[in-house]
Amino acid sequence: MIPLSWYLAVAAVLFVMGFYGVLARRNAIAILMGIELMLNSVNINLLAFWRYVHPTDVAGLVFAIIVITVAAAEAAVGLALFIALYRLRDTVNIDEVDLLKG
Amino acid sequence: MVLQGVFIIVSLFTLLSALMVVTHRNLFISALFLVSTFFGVAALYVLLEAEFLAVAQVLVYIGAIATLIIFAIMLSRGMMQGRTSPYNAQAMWAGIGSVVLGLLLLYVVAFQVDWPVTDAKVPADTISNLGAALVGHYVIPFEVASVLLLAALIGAVMIAREKEY
Amino acid sequence: MLDPLILGEWWKSFLEGLGLSSGWIILINAVVVTVILLGFGLTSVLFLIWLERKLAARVQDRLGPNRLGPYGLIQTVADALKLMTKEDITPDNAERITYNLAPGLSVFAVLMLLLVIPFGPGLIGVDLNIGVLFIVAMGSIGIMAALMAGWSSNNKYALLGAFRAVAQLLSYEIPMVLAMAAPVILAGTMRMNGLAEAQGGGRWFGLVMPAMFIIYILAALAENERTPFDFLEADSEIVAGYHIEYSGLKFAWFFLGFFLNTLLLASIATTLFLGGWQGPFVKQVPILGPIYYFIKTTVIIAFFMWERATFPRLRIDQMMAFAWKVLVPMGLVLVLAAAAVAKLPVGTALQSVILFVVNVVVLLVALGAIGRHLRKEAERYKVEVRPMPTMS
Repeated sequence: MIPLSWYLAVAAVLFVMGFYGVLARRNAIAILMGIELMLNSVNINLLAFWRYVHPTDVAGLVFAIIVITVAAAEAAVGLALFIALYRLRDTVNIDEVDLLKG
Repeated sequence: MVLQGVFIIVSLFTLLSALMVVTHRNLFISALFLVSTFFGVAALYVLLEAEFLAVAQVLVYIGAIATLIIFAIMLSRGMMQGRTSPYNAQAMWAGIGSVVLGLLLLYVVAFQVDWPVTDAKVPADTISNLGAALVGHYVIPFEVASVLLLAALIGAVMIAREKEY
Repeated sequence: MLDPLILGEWWKSFLEGLGLSSGWIILINAVVVTVILLGFGLTSVLFLIWLERKLAARVQDRLGPNRLGPYGLIQTVADALKLMTKEDITPDNAERITYNLAPGLSVFAVLMLLLVIPFGPGLIGVDLNIGVLFIVAMGSIGIMAALMAGWSSNNKYALLGAFRAVAQLLSYEIPMVLAMAAPVILAGTMRMNGLAEAQGGGRWFGLVMPAMFIIYILAALAENERTPFDFLEADSEIVAGYHIEYSGLKFAWFFLGFFLNTLLLASIATTLFLGGWQGPFVKQVPILGPIYYFIKTTVIIAFFMWERATFPRLRIDQMMAFAWKVLVPMGLVLVLAAAAVAKLPVGTALQSVILFVVNVVVLLVALGAIGRHLRKEAERYKVEVRPMPTMS
């Protein structure tokens, strides 16, 4: 049997890598990839707790499904925004998108 | 024993892929490593006996989100910027902050707290319970999620449209 | 009697007699099942390629391969050897790892489906609780392989071809999922073996819901990139789409994946809509199960090949319009109807009749709407020579 703390450790390391990706990368799409990593680590956490603390109650599964759904919606809107941004400013480098107008 | 070995291999694969996602300078290769991270996470879900979530993860994340990300990368020429450094100005502070956060999470959450672990088994009819719960007890989050998806669909189409002047 | 499962029992007792622990037994069983399924899959591909060429040839009033072996059966082996000896060109500046990985990934996505097809009562690789969802998920991996192949070739036209192929695959995945949802609603389970068992007694879902079956067949043709949705191979389109830059053995992998996909999509259609291994006297003589399955699958595959030999191909905008404006609304209405009828407090036979009537009505309405639209378009483009009307 795999102890719960191992799953939490994997989720924690994945979360930290996503966190680093969001803060340290220059391309907007790379930042979105970091956000997806963080959402995945949250899902691992939810399912680990569901499996080890309350396996008979489907609340953990429902929560994880809703998180996947919200991640999909947010990725779609985020990428649409980046494409529109690329059309306007010809770059998706967040360092260069620092003025409100022009 | 075998299960623990499988878990270690799968989680090492996942974490190494995630590391390559956030450090590789070529954005397309980053996206492919993201796909392999999603695969690894799906394998972890199978180890957690949540097979439905594992297949949903492959279907939604790899089939939809990763494809969308790759399309966006191609449409915004992100891959041409493989020559310059992928990090921005605050990368070093971000690295230090991340390591501190990681140690905090690992030490406190994973290994210190005594979580109320039970030995109960996952019931065999979990999927039908899940289906019944989604339209029974949890119908409001379900409906709100579908409205959210509709709004995201319409919003994404409107935002990314070519402006006709 | 004559039960192929007896072989499985004998094998299990043999392994236990050898005194191995249960972990090793599971591993050995997994390897043996994998080898059997792979052998079946790959040899059927050899047969299917021959069948395709012979069938297309006979439709076109010629002979087809007839020199190598009796009736040309060895032709495919000769083709495979030829492809193996071709020069393996890698384009300049192509991403090596992705370029080499893409053909393998596209075959992997299809091979995984072999695991969940029920060949007979109890003859299935893994009876997953979520078999149907697994099939849909493996389809989405094939999309990733197409994107990888197109991008890593370092060729603008390959990339454009990959975009269009992915657009087609994604668009037709939705009618396919809807078409797979209706039998799941009627059978009450997502297990593939459960779906085959629920069609006992002549209640084949393809007969109860003919419109859904048609939607599945059309979506499967498009997922397989066959005519009339095969602009990937059209010489007037972007030639060879995302496998322009692949030669030799790597192209052979794509070719293999194409025919494996044909076999598997036809198998899934058989299991979901034509009753899988069900047929007369299957309970008494279980060996008849695989035979019925093979007959039904071959009929559907022959139908696919017959379509290829008969119809011209659609343009990409016609194809996308057909998917989104015709198949998706039809699929949604039919799934709603199936769910509603399955909850009616009448007997199963009456439910099947009502569902059949609803299907026929929806089919007629859809055909009428398409016909009216096409007639309006023909009016618009009225010239002396009647052109091919568009559907967008």
